[in-house]
Amino acid sequence: MHKLKLEARSQPSQMWSYASPVLALVCTVVIGVILFSLLGKDPMKGLQVFFWEPIKSGYAVGELLVKATPLLIIALGLAVCFRSNVWNIGAEGQYILGAVGASGVALMASPSMGGWIVVPVLLAGVLAGMFWAGLTAFLRDRFNANEILVSLMLVYVAVQVLNFLVFGPWKDPLGYNFPQTKTFEAITRIPRLFAGSRVSIGIFFALIGVGVIWIFFFRTRSGFAQQVGGLAPAASRYAGFSSRRALWTALLISGGLAGLAGALEVAGPIGQLTPYVPAGYGFAAIIVAYVGRLHPVGMVFSAVLMSMFYIGGELAQSRLGLPKSLTGVFQGLLLFSLLACDMLVNYRLRWIALGGPK
Amino acid sequence: MATPRLELKGITKAFPAVVANSNVSLTVMPGEIHAVLGENGAGKSTLMKIIYGSQMPDAGQILLNGQVMQIRNPKEARANGIGMVFQHFNLFDTMTVAENVWLGLARASLEQVTASIVAKAAEYGLDTDPRRLVHTLSVGERQRVEIIRALLTRPELLILDEPTSVLTPQAVEKLFLVLRKLSSEGCSILYISHKLHEIRELCTACTVLRAGKVTGVCNPKEETNASLSRMMIGAEPPLLEHHECKAGAATMVVKNLSLERDDQFGVDLHEINLRVCAGEVVGIAGVSGNGQKELLYALSGEDTRAPHGSVCMGEADVSGRDPAERRCLGLHFVPEERLGRGAVPTLSLAQNLLLTRTESISMPRCAGGWIRVKELATHAERLIEHFHIKAGGPNSVARSLSGGNLQKYIVAREIDANPKLLIVSQPTWGVDVGAAAQIRGEILRLRDKGCAVLVVSEELDELFEICDRMYVIARGKLSPSIPIAEATVEKIGEWMSGLWSNSAASEAHHA
Repeated sequence: MHKLKLEARSQPSQMWSYASPVLALVCTVVIGVILFSLLGKDPMKGLQVFFWEPIKSGYAVGELLVKATPLLIIALGLAVCFRSNVWNIGAEGQYILGAVGASGVALMASPSMGGWIVVPVLLAGVLAGMFWAGLTAFLRDRFNANEILVSLMLVYVAVQVLNFLVFGPWKDPLGYNFPQTKTFEAITRIPRLFAGSRVSIGIFFALIGVGVIWIFFFRTRSGFAQQVGGLAPAASRYAGFSSRRALWTALLISGGLAGLAGALEVAGPIGQLTPYVPAGYGFAAIIVAYVGRLHPVGMVFSAVLMSMFYIGGELAQSRLGLPKSLTGVFQGLLLFSLLACDMLVNYRLRWIALGGPK
Repeated sequence: MATPRLELKGITKAFPAVVANSNVSLTVMPGEIHAVLGENGAGKSTLMKIIYGSQMPDAGQILLNGQVMQIRNPKEARANGIGMVFQHFNLFDTMTVAENVWLGLARASLEQVTASIVAKAAEYGLDTDPRRLVHTLSVGERQRVEIIRALLTRPELLILDEPTSVLTPQAVEKLFLVLRKLSSEGCSILYISHKLHEIRELCTACTVLRAGKVTGVCNPKEETNASLSRMMIGAEPPLLEHHECKAGAATMVVKNLSLERDDQFGVDLHEINLRVCAGEVVGIAGVSGNGQKELLYALSGEDTRAPHGSVCMGEADVSGRDPAERRCLGLHFVPEERLGRGAVPTLSLAQNLLLTRTESISMPRCAGGWIRVKELATHAERLIEHFHIKAGGPNSVARSLSGGNLQKYIVAREIDANPKLLIVSQPTWGVDVGAAAQIRGEILRLRDKGCAVLVVSEELDELFEICDRMYVIARGKLSPSIPIAEATVEKIGEWMSGLWSNSAASEAHHA
């Protein structure tokens, strides 16, 4: 007789830290196939919808990038938080506030203004996101309130702020009483990269962000201090790195980036503030951050993958008649598989013969 | 000849990285006090865990009173008359002594347990009040509770793992009396230690382990420290050069430092007065948990609650400054916990330099500074080479080093910074004899260069070896200092229980 045994590795496996996300993806696909079969759909068609349709044409790739951009921008900020042991679960709220802030400026713009107005629109988004995350930082710093709960709860407050504005003072008077603002002036819209695609310059922000966060993590002492605080708080205290500073830095960076993502979204593809702005990017970005190993470059890949799930979910709804919540199911499956596969980084599986002398 | 109480035959146990025990055999007769001697990492603890059933051997036999046994868990071990007192106690702080003991004995009522504790305590002179809460007990008292708990199962074989590392010399004597009484009643004792003089005083048989193998079986009373040491490490420990101390100006002065505990089970500090001068090694002796941790936090700057003017370095009042600011003034500190405090386990040796060193940082005003990665690696490389540290290289993670090598690296990191004042906590705790000698040598060399050194240690032998002057800490109070020439083990031992006020008057201030 044999049994499977988990054995601790003396060193975490370098190979598996890269291979585990790939294996997790494979597991997700396998479970997805089973899921499609159980639902009575052709699994090949299901997979096609999720993994081929989103990349089969230039327009489709464009849509993929449109969704990957906010995910990546938010995930970059979250990686700073998570690497510093600051559990900001409320990026969704910071994203909403960013959208609200940007909308506030965009609504004040007049058609006669120059293209520079985009800058204050985006800045307003960043500042609003920072403010919302700053609330969490303040409550944590001053009253030692749990940042997981506070940031998460503030998401719901943010939703109410958004609803108040679009149902109330900011409602478009000519909008047939729909809860939404007027469409922003063309001048405030984020410039697009090419005609015929919704991809905007936001993607450059995302890619620059990847570089900046990489440098911050691996080449600056502040970034180092930030991560020591997460890896070994006692060592951070021993070194004299301030934990308060780390808390504020992490939350302000991630709040600012989530706010930027909200601004880019509302002044980009959407073009007006509506109750449908919160699309769950702030939560999905948590998965992006972890599947990407909290590494700036890794998160580029995971953001694209998650974006595929978003689009695949929408397509599955229209083409296969499956509920849209399938997107969430796939996101959850991926994270779940990753957590399971990550065990292989620190452990190895071995077949052990049972009975008899070992 | 009688049947041995315990016989191990060819015990082998391998872990993924190391072979902890390789073909180990050992025989303990009834009523024998048998020492298991070996360095840290020699495989003593694993062997005891196998006997006590918390680890299964890969190969080999265990015979109890001549019967082959399969001990699958500690409960079976206890049922077969094996008791164990661990080095790290398994007691719940918030419960009373009796409740703690009661936890392990399902069939008795709390009253019965209380009564039997009192009875056992009286029988062996293990003075204990069963109604007291464990967190109010000293470390020595907690050990007595552990021993009573083990004795209540009426063991025929009692295992003690490094029992004296937490005791004052006087308490060690008392413990030995108890152990001798037990042995005279026929209970066999397995005594694990690396302290040679204790083993020679107490034990009648000894098995020496080195790197998982038995390297000698002897009667310690017929051996010398040198011959035991040869069996244990394969060589005699190198001797230290100790020059005359030329103390200079005071580098750190602590005046009337009182500090309330930060956490529930901490210790309050009461009016600590301390002075460390350039060119001397000052020691602080004491049983752990008497305020060392709290004092070191206040000295290093990890705790900045110290009142104004209570901690000074030269002219500067540093009581409110954080560790980085104190480091700028020349204070470097080697903490007791290596992994997680002195070094980040998952970061490389090179990256761990950045905790306390800034040589490889440029443009410090820009996001805390730019890390020059190549220089950082070269710097780490230099330390590894210069201090003969066994490591894969500057990129190996701190966790992959053995305790001794990591300690050498941390000490090297701080010494290499050319400190004005070096504070070291437990410099050689868990470090093998060779590395310990090297670390002590480095400390003395630093002193000879004019650095002030403060060493906090539980190992009296170590303090006597390297210090010029000594303080004793007990219950959050610090004794007056005493020059090493006037200090004796008896006197320091007495002070370790807090009894220095009588002699203090005549000693006055030696500083």
